[in-house]
Amino acid sequence: MGEVIVVTSGKGGVGKTTTTANLGTGFAVMGKKVVLVDADIGLRNLDVVMGLENRIVYDLVDVTEGNCRLKQALIRDKRYPSLYLLPAAQTRDKNAVSPDQMRQLCYELAQDFDYVFIDCPAGIEQGFKNAIAGADRAIVVTTPEVAAVRDADRIIGLLEAEGKHNPKLIVNRIRPWMVKRGDMMGIDDIIEILAVDLLGVIPEDEYIVISTNRGEPAVANPASQASTAYKNIVKRLSGENVAFMQLDVNRGFFSRIRRFLGFREG
Amino acid sequence: MIDLIQRVFGKGNVGSKEIAKERLRLIVVHDRVDVSPRFMEVLRDEIVKVISNYMEINEKEMEMHLSSTNSSVALVANIPVNRMKREALLIE
Repeated sequence: MGEVIVVTSGKGGVGKTTTTANLGTGFAVMGKKVVLVDADIGLRNLDVVMGLENRIVYDLVDVTEGNCRLKQALIRDKRYPSLYLLPAAQTRDKNAVSPDQMRQLCYELAQDFDYVFIDCPAGIEQGFKNAIAGADRAIVVTTPEVAAVRDADRIIGLLEAEGKHNPKLIVNRIRPWMVKRGDMMGIDDIIEILAVDLLGVIPEDEYIVISTNRGEPAVANPASQASTAYKNIVKRLSGENVAFMQLDVNRGFFSRIRRFLGFREG
Repeated sequence: MIDLIQRVFGKGNVGSKEIAKERLRLIVVHDRVDVSPRFMEVLRDEIVKVISNYMEINEKEMEMHLSSTNSSVALVANIPVNRMKREALLIE
């Protein structure tokens, strides 16, 4: 029986889909059997971030409505033999699926896969309730902005109310140089306010833009800082104790030497 | 609070992070104030229980609510006391 993990945030645009794609791919690289479920019905994006948009035949609503079997709707990622995507329907709305149907779907997927990642839509309405219904644990993604952290706080409250306890936090798009000069909230500031466990910190990284352009999750590129950060989160989720990223402001000569020698940060 | 920080550090020198953090702290407190009536009931019962160890209070006249202004949130309670219990007088 696999584990069902929902990636949520409240606010849109903080990196839920990118996080889902990279964590899922990270586990698949380790040889785990993974399925990514896009629960953002009507506004699907995970297929695009994964570069699988041209391979969609059936979608999540086709499965819940019985138009196809679950296996027929799963798209296998040819780059990673143990990675699959269940795309969202694009021409339907969030009410096309119920929390009970999602619970059943997650249960079935967990029979076959080690990890089931659910990409939750923004907001706190039906789509959110559907996405979290079948989840064993929740990851909350935020960025170091007032609006994003506020929404994260709200989401954490709603998750608790739905019995999803101890959600873990990922702080995305941290710019260490801005934190250093006092113009961006740091990890400690955010944790102090939200009072949740930190799962990981993803530094701002241009490579995320490039990898999204290409439809290739960044986690596969060892040169990217965000990739290292995602890999560390994957390790933490699988129970390893990995130190948090030292967010160096000057990634200078010595830092590069250290990295070269294998003293990886992140 | 923001003003205080600005005064301490000299206006203009304060990193916008401190402003963000203080605003966020207040917003979150206000957001969380929106608690359920059940929560207030539970809180009220617990408080009554503790106070009743030391004094006899008029529960019917008791008032309790969360009051929020722009810069703070307070738990405001007005609890009429009928009489002090003897135990309370023994505490020096």
